[in-house]
Amino acid sequence: MQSQATYNYKVVRQFSIMTVVWGIVGMLVGVIAAAQLVWPELNVHEFLHFGRLRPLHTNAVIFAFGGCALFATSYYVVQRTCHTRLFAPGLAAFTFWGWQLVILLAAITLPLGYTQGKEYAELEWPIDLLIAVVWVSYAIVFFGTIAKRKVSHIYVANWFFGAFILTVALLHIVNSAAIPVSFSSMKSYSAYAGVQDAMIQWWYGHNAVGFFLTAGFLGMMYYFVPKQAERPVYSYRLSVVHFWALIFTYMWAGPHHLHYTALPDWTQSVGMVFSLILLAPSWGGMINGIMTLSGAWHKLRTDPILKFLITSLSFYGMSTFEGPMMSVKTVNALSHYTDWTVGHVHSGALGWVAMVSIGSIYFLLPRLYGKAEMYSVKLVNAHFWVATIGVVLYIASMWIAGVMQGLMWRATNPDGTLTYSFVESVKASYPFWTIRFIGGVLFLTGMVIMFYNMVKTIAGEKAYNAPVLAPAAAH
Amino acid sequence: MDINDFRSIVTVMGLLSFLGICFWAYSRHAKAGFDEAARLPLNEDDLPAAGGRQEQEGRQNG
Repeated sequence: MQSQATYNYKVVRQFSIMTVVWGIVGMLVGVIAAAQLVWPELNVHEFLHFGRLRPLHTNAVIFAFGGCALFATSYYVVQRTCHTRLFAPGLAAFTFWGWQLVILLAAITLPLGYTQGKEYAELEWPIDLLIAVVWVSYAIVFFGTIAKRKVSHIYVANWFFGAFILTVALLHIVNSAAIPVSFSSMKSYSAYAGVQDAMIQWWYGHNAVGFFLTAGFLGMMYYFVPKQAERPVYSYRLSVVHFWALIFTYMWAGPHHLHYTALPDWTQSVGMVFSLILLAPSWGGMINGIMTLSGAWHKLRTDPILKFLITSLSFYGMSTFEGPMMSVKTVNALSHYTDWTVGHVHSGALGWVAMVSIGSIYFLLPRLYGKAEMYSVKLVNAHFWVATIGVVLYIASMWIAGVMQGLMWRATNPDGTLTYSFVESVKASYPFWTIRFIGGVLFLTGMVIMFYNMVKTIAGEKAYNAPVLAPAAAH
Repeated sequence: MDINDFRSIVTVMGLLSFLGICFWAYSRHAKAGFDEAARLPLNEDDLPAAGGRQEQEGRQNG
């Protein structure tokens, strides 16, 4: 320890390293699940069956990989932009170990078949309780740090991180409300019934996308893009409107997951209209991020971290155009339950969420060990291209497969019977599932390159904690 | 007043406060503060000693 006050980088280091580790684990499980669709004989055991590995994959990439990236970056950004050490360092350490325990428990219970059966909220009630405790601790550390800040303004990135933390607490606690069969049993039943249960699930599900997978990562964008481009965000006032527009509209978009179900028709329409409105703030945010580079576009040629960050924003723009389009009922009638949805999700998850996280972690890692750069910038560049080709193969194959499936399922003969049986659409999907598998393998390969680069960067280096800076003199 | 009146009022209030935020964000009054805030991540040196870009400014300690 240095004698002067330093930022708490330890917890940032821990979460950053685990981001890469869980990224590899989560994406590997995804690749295995993709392979199982192409070669069904890979479903070797009930624990390793597609139906159990698929929720393990989604939980691992969203909450383990994405979650660790969010913890790492939010703890780093809030300290540095508030010019103060993290509040309650003991509690911050608890959020790290508690979150790792949650991930470990998920990796054990999901293959064993313990599940609440709610998408992205599969974990059973004892783990849900642990998540709630860790999350409230996270909120205390984050908002405690904001409260003791040494600058008067709360930087926009912190607004996004704060909204993400508060909303996820609300979503998790409401949607996970369940009654255990007994206290010695893992089994529980939802506190809600019927279509209300479905609506609460997708209110949760879509806001998990809107706040866990969007607001938090926009927080990253508003700090790391200006940092790496070395210029202030394009329009700060646009960032304020961007923030509040997202907050006011995202909450209402969930019903688009339940088009043409038992959900009342008017609720579906409300969900669709709000999803369409969401295009405006989403694109406002994307433009704000990309235009931050105006006057410094040449940096994109040489700086692979900036390539990751700006490409992630392009995918953000693409998937937030695609999403509102798919929420239109007539489009949804074609796209729902097909691989188009899977392609859309991965355009957001790999193209936007993973790429902005990877760029941010490449920014962080050297700084957390007192260095200026990663061990090999060339390998960062290689990672970028492998990952980009992987995403493009993945989403293009899923678009084609999805539209094909939708068209095959709705095709009827003149006498009203179905033209194709379901299994014919499965058979027609094989080539595209193979391409998707290759895309996934490429993306995973990129993460392995990152792991090697990370190990080489930090091997033999001492952990570094930067001194707390006095706020720059005003004006 | 039944619950639906209350719901309508909340919706209208939500819209009005959002419009208020937009007007405030684009007012001349807020500009100076925003310009300063936008520099927050840049007015600090986060590289270790050897590679510091804004060395003098960044190294003061409170």
